[in-house]
Amino acid sequence: MRVVPSSARALPAASPAPLTTLTWVSWAASTAAARLHVVTGKGGTGKSTVAAAMALALAAGGRRTLLIEVEGRQGIAQLFDTPPLPYEERRVAVAPGGGEVFGLAIDANEAVLEYLEMYYRLGRAGKLLDRLGALEFATTIAPGLRDVLLIGKTYEAVRRLRPGGGHTYDAVVLDAPPTGRIGRFLNVNEEVTTLARAGPIHRQARSIMDMLRRRTMVHLVTILEEMPVQETVDGIAELEQLELPVGAVVVNLVEAPQVPDLGAAGTTVDLEELRAGLARVGLPAEDDVVLGLARTLEEHATRVAMQAEERARLDALHVPVVELPRLPGGIDLGALYQLAERLDAQPLPARSPAAPAATAATGGLTRGTT
Amino acid sequence: MTRLAQRAPVFDVDGLLADPTVRIIVCCGSGGVGKTTTAAALALRAAEQGRRTVVLTIDPARRLAQSMGLTELDNVPRAVPDVGGSGSLDAMMLDMKRTFDEVVSAHATPEKAEQIMTNPFYRALSTSFSGTQEYMAMEKLGQLRAQDQWDLIVVDTPPSRSALDFLDAPARLSSFLDGRLIRLLTAPARAGGRAGLRVITTGFGVFTNALTKVLGGDLLRDVQTFVGALDSMFGGFRERAEHTYALLQDPQTAFCVVAAPEPDALREAAFFVERLAEDAMPIAGLVLNRVHRSAVPTLNVEQSLAGAERLEAADTSPLTAAALRLHADQAATQAREEHLTRRFTAAHPQVAVAEVPAFAEDVHDLEGLRQVGDALAGTTRAVGAAV
Repeated sequence: MRVVPSSARALPAASPAPLTTLTWVSWAASTAAARLHVVTGKGGTGKSTVAAAMALALAAGGRRTLLIEVEGRQGIAQLFDTPPLPYEERRVAVAPGGGEVFGLAIDANEAVLEYLEMYYRLGRAGKLLDRLGALEFATTIAPGLRDVLLIGKTYEAVRRLRPGGGHTYDAVVLDAPPTGRIGRFLNVNEEVTTLARAGPIHRQARSIMDMLRRRTMVHLVTILEEMPVQETVDGIAELEQLELPVGAVVVNLVEAPQVPDLGAAGTTVDLEELRAGLARVGLPAEDDVVLGLARTLEEHATRVAMQAEERARLDALHVPVVELPRLPGGIDLGALYQLAERLDAQPLPARSPAAPAATAATGGLTRGTT
Repeated sequence: MTRLAQRAPVFDVDGLLADPTVRIIVCCGSGGVGKTTTAAALALRAAEQGRRTVVLTIDPARRLAQSMGLTELDNVPRAVPDVGGSGSLDAMMLDMKRTFDEVVSAHATPEKAEQIMTNPFYRALSTSFSGTQEYMAMEKLGQLRAQDQWDLIVVDTPPSRSALDFLDAPARLSSFLDGRLIRLLTAPARAGGRAGLRVITTGFGVFTNALTKVLGGDLLRDVQTFVGALDSMFGGFRERAEHTYALLQDPQTAFCVVAAPEPDALREAAFFVERLAEDAMPIAGLVLNRVHRSAVPTLNVEQSLAGAERLEAADTSPLTAAALRLHADQAATQAREEHLTRRFTAAHPQVAVAEVPAFAEDVHDLEGLRQVGDALAGTTRAVGAAV
């Protein structure tokens, strides 16, 4: 990994570095700056797969991470090939170098009860709330309250301490709702502070917003197509407006360009060359084969050109971009490890203002110049 | 009609669009599978085949929205320019806040409506909280149908992970409105020496204390005021939600389940199909978007890869080698997709399927929508057929 410590250039916590200053850290080392990694993305971009690979990458080298899902789809169990997760933290994988990944599928209703019990020790009243339909209230009429609980549970896991000292988890990865909802989802506690203007809920909401603004990175997963890229652009604008720290854009399912030089859009394919090439290796070289292959090449060129255009839109955002390949066999447990390795090989360019104090604490890792 | 067991019946899209008894088509499926494009393509095709059509989109891609004349979000259907044929096409984008306001205005006196709309809890509920979109999409559908200005309404559904949210939202609203919690919250407002109230009041002290402790007094007061103000319109609310739900079970409605040949999307589609069957809702068919088809069906993966390797080893014709590698990728993708699709059709053999090939470029104009429409109606073929 091309990460070397810089000459201990500690930033004063009070004055954030300019936006252009990037601090490059390995995924594992980033845990000192960001304790929560929120992964969002448009449906179909592989958000859950990226979140799982990230939890593995962050666990490398003996760390312990927690991967949380909130959409009730048992995606963690499917990805890690384990039985469906109950509402409790279970180890789902070991990372290279002795790390561990735990998984948690949050059930909103159970989270309400646990949450009330933990923070307010309601006892009989808590059970009464349940019987009276408070759970129904929380998760039905105001689904936003459901978001409050899901984030609340995540917040609890991020802050939890282990008996011997230190945090239970070195990092928590949240497989969050899709990009179209992410701003509302993460900002729900800001809404709460305007609704509950005093009291424990108000204080809690403030503290959660503080964690989200200072100890969190929101990563946006996309593929190089118009709609997902547009959502990513919109999502980043929304997050910045809400002052929520954007981590990286993860471009997923990247295909290696097969025809680097011949693939320029608008070029016509030389049919005779194809015919000769096919004949040379003894493959059928009839018209339908030749024309079919030519069409394959042309469509590929169109796609490559379009992807380059979308990539340029992402690059113009000045947000760090990391890439993950499309794996030919689809996604299984082995593929997750491959993706984790690919993530780990691309140092995470964390923007300093996200957590100036914490970044300084890591010793200010920067990428070595070549 | 006899068919081979593993072949899905062909989804007769033009038959559906031409059927005068079909008044509503709902496009549903998980996020990112092309619901909006499918809805717009179906609506345009219906319009150009002579039906007066309106399409309700939730969150269209910017360029697609512009091409349909959806430049402003004003919650009213507007005519789409440049539509051919004898029918017409109107399009609109859902504005959930405005739709919620309309519902409130329709059911409350002006003073009451004012009281509700200025309540902070209402403001949060109608703008910031996720999930409201599903209620409001359903509500808008009910409104459009009640206006009875169109032969056909095509509805896109909100981009939630779970397609079921759309169906569950109104039912959840109804069950909430009937819930004991609401009655308790409104109890102080209604308390007037009713029989049996004493029992509730005993519990209520504990209950309000707990709520105050958790929510803070202000929030509880806001919620109570809100619920109290809404009280008069609960009947209307529930009636509308139930009416719209009944509309979805009516034979005039057809559901198009939209998916892509990917495991998650097909799993969601399967959930949805099963749910529609449970609730006796009429399913028209499955639209499978982004289907990859190899352009040279006669050349298999192994042959292509072997050929590419030999060309590369001989350092000759890189163009042919690249074409063969691309083709091998596509053929492998096609095989994987066919396998996934067969799993779906084996479990749901009665569901008709229409396939739309993956286009190299995004659809962002009417011409692109027409192409999707052609693919939906024309190039349908039996899934699982031998290649």
